[in-house]
Amino acid sequence: MSKDKLIVANKKFSSRLIVGTGKYQNMTECAKAIKISGADIVTVAVRRVNISDKNKPLLMDYVDPKKITYLPNTAGCFTSKDALRTLRLAREIGGWRLVKLEVLGDKKNLFPDMIETLKSTEVLSKEGFKVMVYCNDDPLMAKRLENAGASAIMPLAAPIGSGLGILNETNIKIIRNQTKLPLIIDAGLGQASDATVAMELGCDGVLVNTAIAKAKKPFMMAEAFKNAVISGRQSFLSGRIDKTLMGKPSSPTKGII
Amino acid sequence: MKKLKKIKIRVNGKIKIIIDKLTLYQLLNDLNIPITKVAIELNKEIVNKKKLKKMKLKNKDIIEIVHFIGGG
Repeated sequence: MSKDKLIVANKKFSSRLIVGTGKYQNMTECAKAIKISGADIVTVAVRRVNISDKNKPLLMDYVDPKKITYLPNTAGCFTSKDALRTLRLAREIGGWRLVKLEVLGDKKNLFPDMIETLKSTEVLSKEGFKVMVYCNDDPLMAKRLENAGASAIMPLAAPIGSGLGILNETNIKIIRNQTKLPLIIDAGLGQASDATVAMELGCDGVLVNTAIAKAKKPFMMAEAFKNAVISGRQSFLSGRIDKTLMGKPSSPTKGII
Repeated sequence: MKKLKKIKIRVNGKIKIIIDKLTLYQLLNDLNIPITKVAIELNKEIVNKKKLKKMKLKNKDIIEIVHFIGGG
C-alpha cells in the first residue's frame, strides 16, 4: 500500500485523508488530531489578523506548513468575486497555488452555488491555480468543472457539517466512472464507516472536519478515520465479490457425513 | 519643532490615526505583524510584499491584513 499515493496536480501524498482545521477547542487539540489522522493535507481559512490582540496564537506556529500541505479554502464565500479575492490573497501569503474552491449558495443548507463555482474555476485555472473544487454530486456539473480546468472534483456527501454520510452513492459512482481526475468526497461525513464507503466507491480520498473535530473524543475519531480510509481503499483495490440473491455455502458440499 | 501631520486610515475594519507618510512596512512592524505569514491588501489591491518599504500611506487608505486560521 505504501506505493499507492494520492496524486493531485502532480503532487504525491501518502495519506488519502484530508482534514479540516476548524471547530477545534484550541490549536493544540487541532494539531494533535491532525497528527493522529496522518493527513498530509489540511484545509485552512483566510481571515483578518486580529490586530488588537497581538499575542493570539497563529495556526502556522502549531501546524508547520513545511511538513503539512496547507490547502487554502474559500469557506464562507458566497460569490465568485469573494472567492477569487480570498484565493489571490492566500497565494500572496506564501506562494500557495493548490487551493480549495468553495462558493456557497444558501446560508441554511450550505449547498454550493455551482454557477459561481464554475465561473471561479475557469478564472483561477487561467491564473495558474490548481483548483480542487467543492461541488454538488451532479455528474454533469462535475464534467463541466473538469472541462474548466479543475485539478480535483470534490462532491459533497451531504450538507457541510450534517454528518449524514453519502446520500447519493449512485451519483458518486457515475462521477467516478466518467473522470480520471482525483475524486475526493468533501463534506457531510459523520462517522468513520462513511469514509470507508467513499473509498469503496472508488474515490481517491475524503475530506473531513466536523466529524473529527466535534466527536466526543476527537483524537480517537481521527485515528478511526485514518484506518477507515486505508481500509476502504484496500477493499476497493481488492475487488469485491459479486452480489447474489441466494446463498452460496462457504464449505465444500462434498463429503458431508 | 514641527508638528507631524496625522492621517486617518482603516486597518482590518478599525480606524487608526497614524503619522503622515508612514510606510506600510512601518505600520506592519508597529502592529507586530509577522510579514511572512500574512497577505496585505491596500485599497482592494494586493500588495507585493517586496515593496512594503516604499509604500507610503495616505489619508483614508483601507488596509486588510489576512492570515490562515483553522477552517474546513
